[in-house]
Amino acid sequence: MTKTTRTGFNRRRLLKGAGAVAGAAIGSGAITGFPTLWAQNIKNVTLRQFGTGVSAINEIAAKCKEDLGFTLQMTALDSDAVVQRAVTQPKSYDIADIEYWMCKKVFPANILQAMDIKKIKNFDKIVPIFTTGKLKSDSVIAQGTAPHSVSFVEGKDSAKFSKTPTDWYTMIPTIYNADTLGIRPDLVGRPIANWKDILDPAFKGKTSILNIPSIGIMDAAMICESAGIVKYGDKGNMTKEEIDKTIAFLIDTKKSGQFRAFWKTFDESVNLMASGEVIIQSMWSPAVTAVRSKGIPCVYQPLKEGYRAWGGGLALAKHLSGIELDAAYEYVNWYLSGWVGAFLNRQGYYSAVLDTAKANMSEDEWGYWMEGKPAKGEIKNPQGKVMEKPGAVRDGGAFADRMGAVACWNAVMDEDRYMVQKWNQFIAA
Amino acid sequence: MRLARLAPYLQVAPLTVVFLLFLAVPILTIVMVSFWDYDTVRIIPDFVLTNYQELLFSPVTWATYGQTVLFAAITWVITLLVGFPVAYFLAFHVRSATWQTVLFLVCTIPFWTSNVIRMISWIPFLGRNGLLNSALLELRVIDQPLEFLLFSDFAVVLAYVHLYALFMVVPIFNSMMRIDRSLIEAARDAGGSGFQILRSVIIPLCKPGIAIGSIFVVTIVMGDFVTVRLMSGGQSASVGLMMMNAMSLLQYPAAAANAVVLLILVLLTVAAMMRVVDVRKEL
Repeated sequence: MTKTTRTGFNRRRLLKGAGAVAGAAIGSGAITGFPTLWAQNIKNVTLRQFGTGVSAINEIAAKCKEDLGFTLQMTALDSDAVVQRAVTQPKSYDIADIEYWMCKKVFPANILQAMDIKKIKNFDKIVPIFTTGKLKSDSVIAQGTAPHSVSFVEGKDSAKFSKTPTDWYTMIPTIYNADTLGIRPDLVGRPIANWKDILDPAFKGKTSILNIPSIGIMDAAMICESAGIVKYGDKGNMTKEEIDKTIAFLIDTKKSGQFRAFWKTFDESVNLMASGEVIIQSMWSPAVTAVRSKGIPCVYQPLKEGYRAWGGGLALAKHLSGIELDAAYEYVNWYLSGWVGAFLNRQGYYSAVLDTAKANMSEDEWGYWMEGKPAKGEIKNPQGKVMEKPGAVRDGGAFADRMGAVACWNAVMDEDRYMVQKWNQFIAA
Repeated sequence: MRLARLAPYLQVAPLTVVFLLFLAVPILTIVMVSFWDYDTVRIIPDFVLTNYQELLFSPVTWATYGQTVLFAAITWVITLLVGFPVAYFLAFHVRSATWQTVLFLVCTIPFWTSNVIRMISWIPFLGRNGLLNSALLELRVIDQPLEFLLFSDFAVVLAYVHLYALFMVVPIFNSMMRIDRSLIEAARDAGGSGFQILRSVIIPLCKPGIAIGSIFVVTIVMGDFVTVRLMSGGQSASVGLMMMNAMSLLQYPAAAANAVVLLILVLLTVAAMMRVVDVRKEL
């Protein structure tokens, strides 16, 4: 009996002490590495992370438990549901793993809190796309919701985006990539170089684009611009007139029977391609990998007009405070410390801090995934399955070539409401 | 005494509460929200008619409702044409009660799997390189794969019929089993031919079953969105899909307005059916 009481007392004292130490450490800005909190009590913390399936990876949760001691609970939902839940049930999660275009919608609802960059250890090493917007100093900022434009808010409790960098960072980038069209090189029978090639009458009834209005419209815009149908001011923020023209063109194309289907989920896109129902379509990179792993040739074709890029990040819920907030900072610092970065890079995505990821990858892996060099040995995915044989080169090449050729970021438009109405019209036509 | 007078009210109370909580309140909420305003992230309590205006003055709405009603009508006709003979066979041709039960269970076999799986199974069968096209090509019946089989309105209706024919069979079978066999004997004794018996005795007495089956099929098809999306490959729209698209962009009030309009349409359809047939006779 007495023993129990004593333990309780001890733990309470420990909690108090740890809290004070952590508070002092944070207050003095003396956080230099992880784990900063050695106290036992952080092990009792459970962080609930929810987001799109891409970054809800069980291995990351397991490694987090191993390295940091606390539990990470991951829930994966489709992108529509993520936005809904982020806004409507802010108490149901601690960390929102959302995309940048969602951030533009979700953050102003004042249910997330910005992070203090002083507490983010590798902040200076984050790829500049997510801070200044420019990959290199001479890069042109792409259209759409460029991540840096929604990465900073004006102050600690502000929900208003700042155009220039401040000390308050909305999201720690997790995964990002450049999307393009996937093709079946064995069935298209000719080189594919432009987005407009999807309109080739030879591919009639064998093409597809995705039916997620906010992303589908961007792919459609890339196609329209490539074909010279519409010239856009900003593909990521179209005017009503631009939307009208784009949708009218899509409807004509649909009526002429150019499309076989419109897909909405990852597996649909894989099946369309693998079964040969479709030979050229909008696609996501893991879908291309999935088709290829069935032994069916599939290429993620780089196109002259550039890529449509997307990216996601971790944002902290407004209700986080005290030890849970500390744990959340621990977690994001750990996220950028290299192991996760290497894991994500091996999946064909890109991670936020390249230096630390590089240290966790072999030279050959780094050369293949990031530098566009031919693989020297077998390239394996994080689960150890062989993805590519020696000599293989990544579609689109090096990181700088791919992320440097982004034409447009996934976006949410001011004319969102109008766009959805028109998109419905296209699907109903 | 007083308690005695209260008793019937107490007896209906549980059901009333359940209905109020789980039917009336949600529907009233939907009606209320349909008058609210919204922007990209929030829904704003208000009283605006824009949701209805945007809905009713848009040609897309009319086209989509037209498409949905057409799907419902075609599915209704086909499930009736399939369901009635099946029920008839079960009720009048299968004499032993055991076999009736066995065959009836056979009809329900497809329902042992989820309806999404039943639907998706059609995709490898109907595809361009699917089983059916491969077989026909091998047999040299066709020299080009038939493209209309999958991702088309044909595929949608096929899936609907497959999924919902049983909803037509069951109530009709039930009605038929209640028909007094002596009525049929009497009709036969009076010199009625098989077709005359069917037309003047069986069909009139099956009307409630047909009506109930029709209500099932029509209401389910009108509210569907998964089948249309999967089987048409996203090429066709339905009212349900329209709502889905709106909800996915947090445009709940727009979706709610659409739900109210659909509800009214479905209720009118059901009311029309009830006018033709007195379903209560069945119950």
